Amino acid sequence: MHGDRPESDLAIEHRVAALESILVEKGYVDPAALDVIIETYSSVVGPRNGAAVVARSWVDPDYRVWLRRDATAAIAALGFTGRQGEHMVAVENTPEEHNLVVCTLCSCYPWPVLGLPPVWYKSPAYRSRAVIDPRGVLADFGVTLDPSTRIRVWDSTAEVRYLVVPMRPDDTEDLTEAELADLVTRDSMIGAGLAGQPARVTR
Amino acid sequence: MNGAQDLGGVMGFGPVVPEPEDVRFHADWEKRALALTLAAGATGAWSIDAGRHARESLHPADYLSSSYYEIWTKGLERLLVSHGLVSEEELTAGRSLEPGRPVGRVLRAADTPAALAAGSPYDRPADAPARFAVGDRVRTGNRHPAGHTRLPRYARDKHGVVEEVRGAFVFPDTSAHGDGEAPQWLYTVRFSGHELWGPDADPTLTVSIDAWENYLDAA
Repeated sequence: MHGDRPESDLAIEHRVAALESILVEKGYVDPAALDVIIETYSSVVGPRNGAAVVARSWVDPDYRVWLRRDATAAIAALGFTGRQGEHMVAVENTPEEHNLVVCTLCSCYPWPVLGLPPVWYKSPAYRSRAVIDPRGVLADFGVTLDPSTRIRVWDSTAEVRYLVVPMRPDDTEDLTEAELADLVTRDSMIGAGLAGQPARVTR
Repeated sequence: MNGAQDLGGVMGFGPVVPEPEDVRFHADWEKRALALTLAAGATGAWSIDAGRHARESLHPADYLSSSYYEIWTKGLERLLVSHGLVSEEELTAGRSLEPGRPVGRVLRAADTPAALAAGSPYDRPADAPARFAVGDRVRTGNRHPAGHTRLPRYARDKHGVVEEVRGAFVFPDTSAHGDGEAPQWLYTVRFSGHELWGPDADPTLTVSIDAWENYLDAA
């Protein structure tokens, strides 16, 4: 609800600042640790991690098999581990089946590979509709699948975290692994988009 | 609990609004709310399940009209008060009125990168064999506990098929209430769109949840 309620934003801003003062004064949190957490999720842990995993799986058949069999270990091998990625599963899109990930009950999301979830992923609009009308949700992202493609929705109700491996776009045989990673959008790794096809977004 | 957090299949929220992937936060206070939630959680005073339960226990009107970091902030306030670490009076005053109590751990800056990179696994040794196997037909319980549960309403009293056996995991329904980890086998159970949503459902749709053994009966 950001952006449309400045008075409320001011109230919550003060509320969070007060909470921080209380917790620091009581010695429960180290203010310097807060800055490290923010720095970590602002510039270290983000969706380029997941893109590197996907690109590797596109170019390395052995890695792809490993990712299917033990995603937690295969992802850790690229250096991506930790909070909200302790139990990873990778699911591959095919022309026959498209995967879409949601957490209808809260905001469960694979942080080590995708970073913090976008606002839409945590929104009631997405969480309510992904499980009953996924094609409608995909249309909101400008994605239209073949009517015969099966849609497989994963509701993250436990501590297993799902990473969608999008299909490799056509005519990319000459690209390097790094160039391939640039085609892998965050949304495509949730299943809300396709690799090589950025969503229509308005800033 | 049948709270506002249980959103699968609810209607009327309008379209999903995409967002560029380089947007991490929408205001500085969101960064602080994130960091406070993680750092306070690192004290070990409550489990991740208790944290989720605090958020879903917000009044439904409050839950649905709050942004997600607002929900986190309000949930954190409740946890701190219910665990005796901060008083209501202090929240009202906006400052500490008495010294802090001992906590299990204070996350220091130097330890933070390693702590975040380590995470905290939720799988546990199983004390009994798994009751179900891949391919088994199961039926989810028609259960409406007043406390925390991870069986969404839309997937209750439904027939599905076990697709994966994930191992034994901490049981949120007890963990959220300080009643122990009571690990149970966890299964990925897949349902047809028709089973969940009736004859008008998208015929190409299947949906899975991750369900603890207690949620399931043989079918």
